[in-house]
Amino acid sequence: MNQHARKYPPASHEDMTATALRVRAHIIRMAGGGGCFIGASLSCADLLVFLYERVLRVSPATVDDPTRDYLFLSKGHDVPALYGTFAELGFIDPARLSHHLSPDDVLYWHPNRAIPGIEFHSGSLGHLLSVAIGVAMDIKLRGDDNRVFVILGDGELNEGSIWEGLLVAQAHRLNNLVVVVDRNGFQANVATESLIPLEPLADKFRAFGCEVRLADGHSFASLEDAFAGAPSSSTRPSVVIAHTRRGKGLPSIEERADRWFVRFTPSEIELLLAELHGGAQTQIVSNPLVVR
Amino acid sequence: MSSNALTVRSYEDVLWQLAERDDRIVVMTAENRAAIRGLPNKLGSRFIDVGICEQTMIGAAAGLALRGRIPVVHALAAFLTMRAFEFIRTDVGIAGLPVKLVGAVPGLLSEANGPTHQAIEDIALMRGIPGMEIVCPADATELAELLPEFLSRPNPGYLRFNSSPTTLRHPDPFAFGKAERLREGHDVELMGYGFLVPELVAAADILSERGVSTGVLNLRTLAPLDEASVLAAARRAKLLVTVEDHFLHGGLRTLLAELCLRHCLMPDVLSMGFDAQWFRPALLPQAAERASLSGARIAERVWKFLSGTPVPRDITGRVDLSSNDPREF
Repeated sequence: MNQHARKYPPASHEDMTATALRVRAHIIRMAGGGGCFIGASLSCADLLVFLYERVLRVSPATVDDPTRDYLFLSKGHDVPALYGTFAELGFIDPARLSHHLSPDDVLYWHPNRAIPGIEFHSGSLGHLLSVAIGVAMDIKLRGDDNRVFVILGDGELNEGSIWEGLLVAQAHRLNNLVVVVDRNGFQANVATESLIPLEPLADKFRAFGCEVRLADGHSFASLEDAFAGAPSSSTRPSVVIAHTRRGKGLPSIEERADRWFVRFTPSEIELLLAELHGGAQTQIVSNPLVVR
Repeated sequence: MSSNALTVRSYEDVLWQLAERDDRIVVMTAENRAAIRGLPNKLGSRFIDVGICEQTMIGAAAGLALRGRIPVVHALAAFLTMRAFEFIRTDVGIAGLPVKLVGAVPGLLSEANGPTHQAIEDIALMRGIPGMEIVCPADATELAELLPEFLSRPNPGYLRFNSSPTTLRHPDPFAFGKAERLREGHDVELMGYGFLVPELVAAADILSERGVSTGVLNLRTLAPLDEASVLAAARRAKLLVTVEDHFLHGGLRTLLAELCLRHCLMPDVLSMGFDAQWFRPALLPQAAERASLSGARIAERVWKFLSGTPVPRDITGRVDLSSNDPREF
């Protein structure tokens, strides 16, 4: 079956690095105007580019094909990274990104499945693991071999529904389910470990019956190892904990608790784009943090 | 259609027959198997028990529906509609997926379980979700009759499960969005749904014997509501009476108020239900009697009202917190 044929040769690390840089530039531009959740978007940009370039059997031509692989973005507020990835990989017209927050389009702060490639809406944390479980159940009922990926935020792991879902996933032996944690170490306002500590996180997932792999979420070589042969168990759900940095790509905002939902001025956006491309670290004196 | 309890097919039989013909149907439960004990063996992998995980069940049902399935999900009405409410609203409701919610022991049917198990705000919650259909069978006959169409409709739906033995003769076969007229009368119109419908008929018969011409309208689907029948009754009867094992706010009384407001009608209305209070737990007949929702008590309350005895709580729906003694339960 190869309606999902990947381009050959596959995207190189250099290609993906360049693509991820462009995705980050899109994210930064979306932090102008009405703003966006910049930190959580930047942390998963490499991960999304890697998954769509090298792992997922889905292409712009097969977004409605029932044999495709599914990716559910459960944390939702990192959707600028997905919009940027979709624009770079041909799922949506890059010009459409200029419609961000326009009432005439549906590119807002959380995903809408009217956008080609977005499998389901999210925004309320702790939902899409269960939706992914339902899709994985149906695929197994039909005896098919497509895979279901779901990206969770680490803050999202506070939600009880995640752990309830893992109980169900292991009970139903959903070996076609791959849970990916964007472990950027932060929830909205504070570091995860300072509020509701999650460590030892891999042990928790193992105790819930999952096969766990760890990755550096900003290293394509590390991601290749972690996702090699995914799913990584024939009997259990797989989990990949991708260690990332919130705000990755902009040293001036990396791992800063006050860079959650931000709204920058046009001149600040230009400074940040220059910083992304190797310019000086930006010193933004305004307070771009918007309470959400 | 004439029926008696012996010939009515069970919910499980009808569901099995439908699932056998249509492999889109998947039966799910959060470990509530009372009405579907025979289905695990018959349905095999299309019977999915997720354990006591209502939220995951609803999310997974949405995922199954995304793949073209029609999930029929089972849990106690209180936990289905409240524990998993946001999943129903967000994953099923926003997406408009054909997930069919079957809530067991709603309203008075929770009997002696106590307030934790009393789903008496379920209709208020479900009708707050755009596109959600709500069906309330009066007995096992209606339950069996409504199931094929309930499952085949494209909307999400909530079934206020009631498999009580059939004691009524139903003149009309079940039809979606159509009320059933069980008694004709021009003075008083009793309107209700679900388990209490036979009590309405009993009350109407008592009142008619006393010379009060009393009609009974069985509102088998609350969403969509048979607005034409309700409006006709509102224009004709001297007194409308809503009876429900639900809070006075958010259920039939509220539906009627909204409809009358829209049509600039101001009928006399007597509403019976739970006035911002949970009901006293007991076995079903005693719980209904204590809640003044038995046929005899309904008739007595209407009679008193017509005789000029004030029953202000029924009319105003006033919240009297002083009587909400937590030790009551």
